[in-house]
Amino acid sequence: MTSKSTEVIVSIKDVHKSFGELEVLKGVSIDVRKGEVICIIGPSGSGKSTLIRCINALNDIQGGSINVCGIDVTDPKLQKLELRKRVGMVFQQYNLFPHKTALENIMMAPTLVLNEDKETVRKRAFALMQKVRLEGKENAYPGELSGGQQQRVAIARSLAMNPDVMLFDEVTAALDPETVKEVLVTIKDLAQEGMTCILVTHEMGFAREVADHIYFTDNGVIVEHGPPKTFFTKAKDPRTKEFLSQIL
Amino acid sequence: MATRIPGISELSTTDLPVLKPFLPRSSPQLHTSAWLAGFSPWTGLLLFLPLMLWPFASHAAGNYTIIDAFGTLWHWIPFLLKSGFLFNVIISLFAMLIGTAAGIVLGLGQISKISVTRKISWFITQLFRNSPWLVLLFIVLLAFPFEITVFGVIIMIPDWMKAVIGLSLPIMANISEIVRGAIMSVPTAQWEAAESLAFSRQQILWRIILPQCFKRMIPPWMNWYAILTMATPLCSLLGVEEIITLSRQAMEAENNHPELLVPFYSFALGLFFIYCYPIARMTMYLERRYAVKI
Ligand SMILES: Nc1ncnc2c1ncn2[C@@H]1O[C@H](COP(=O)(O)OP(=O)(O)O)[C@@H](O)[C@H]1O
Ligand SMILES: [Mg+2]
Repeated sequence: MTSKSTEVIVSIKDVHKSFGELEVLKGVSIDVRKGEVICIIGPSGSGKSTLIRCINALNDIQGGSINVCGIDVTDPKLQKLELRKRVGMVFQQYNLFPHKTALENIMMAPTLVLNEDKETVRKRAFALMQKVRLEGKENAYPGELSGGQQQRVAIARSLAMNPDVMLFDEVTAALDPETVKEVLVTIKDLAQEGMTCILVTHEMGFAREVADHIYFTDNGVIVEHGPPKTFFTKAKDPRTKEFLSQIL
Repeated sequence: MATRIPGISELSTTDLPVLKPFLPRSSPQLHTSAWLAGFSPWTGLLLFLPLMLWPFASHAAGNYTIIDAFGTLWHWIPFLLKSGFLFNVIISLFAMLIGTAAGIVLGLGQISKISVTRKISWFITQLFRNSPWLVLLFIVLLAFPFEITVFGVIIMIPDWMKAVIGLSLPIMANISEIVRGAIMSVPTAQWEAAESLAFSRQQILWRIILPQCFKRMIPPWMNWYAILTMATPLCSLLGVEEIITLSRQAMEAENNHPELLVPFYSFALGLFFIYCYPIARMTMYLERRYAVKI
């Protein structure tokens, strides 16, 4: 793995988040350094998606603070678009734009949001398609691609914005077992190139292999965290042990 | 949530990137078109035959024969078409044009981020969607001036133009619902994916959401056009010159023989059928086609 800098690029401090009466995050703190790969694991409903959606302001927070690349996400005058140019996000259900081809999906944001030259963007989009091993599928519509292929287009679409951080929310959870691997390989490539990644995942083998740090959440709090080696073998908290015993 | 999409994030709940079947709330779901398209082309027209033959049965004894009645109708047909039905078509086209333009604005208003805009748009939509068309027509006809003065030039407003305004109001309200419903049929996940790519709200709406639901708006839109066309004879109650008004005048000119009633009105009915039937068939065809594929 590439050497990590000590520069904290995403700083989450004591974050509280409620949906009405329901408190979903009850004081979560995570620091992510540039180039690090962070995996968040935990049972369903523990607030993992909510947490990473707070990072690019898809959800707002009621307490604590989040700072991404020097941008204060809780600032009332927050320029959401500026924040989101720095943060890429990939969803469980791919969410490609169904009326656009794979290439157009990738090209849309750089041309319309960043106002980049169309030809430059096209070249980059072709390169990205190659990077996610989908050369030849440039003109396919999302409906003509398998889940795994769609998810790789979705990753390329986010990368086309040259983000500083990538968020992945259970991006393999909706895929067939055979296609999970091709997506994980793509993410691993990214991680090895030094992209800062925050992943929510249930792929423990993958987490063990690529993560620099693993966080286990339950019921809106971080129960336990540590580098994969110690986390998987020396978990102390009974909730972590129980979760790992169920999933491994 | 920091980025609430009013009227959208609150109601559309699925995570799946699929288009849900599009159901404009509580509108008569293509009912008219489905019914009309249900006829086979010839049985539809054959239905009018017994009607046309009715005078044979009831007035065979009079000295004004059914042959005379049809002869009279034949004589009036060019006039009924050119000065009558043509106006029904013109009124319907203009009312549709204005209603659609205003309806799109109103529909977008219904999903505005500004709550006042949203509420006002909703209120206008509900008001005109649920008012009797004839009442709207009367109000417009009576409330509008006969003439307006622009820079000293007096412009007369013909009645048919007022009828256009009157009929465009309920169309506007129903198109507004179609637009709102279509936009809401696109899953929230599409908004979120676009937001996370730093698209602005305007860009998301025009570049990502509307292109996806545009086709889905066409069948209900055409359905409303057929309904509107069939509603244009309402204007005759207000003296606007269109086919029913002129049919009545023609019969008066022909001494109001009762034998004339059925041939004349059946002729009008047949015209509406011939005009609206293909539209209804097209509507149902597109509905089936777009239902399968986006
Ligand atoms: N938009 C929302 N409105 C209300 N409750 C929500 C919303 N999103 C998530 N929740 C609730 O927050 C809790 C955590 O959800 P989530 O972050 O999706 O968990 P996870 O991703 O760990 O499965 C769940 O109880 C869920 O029902
Ligand atoms: Mg989740």
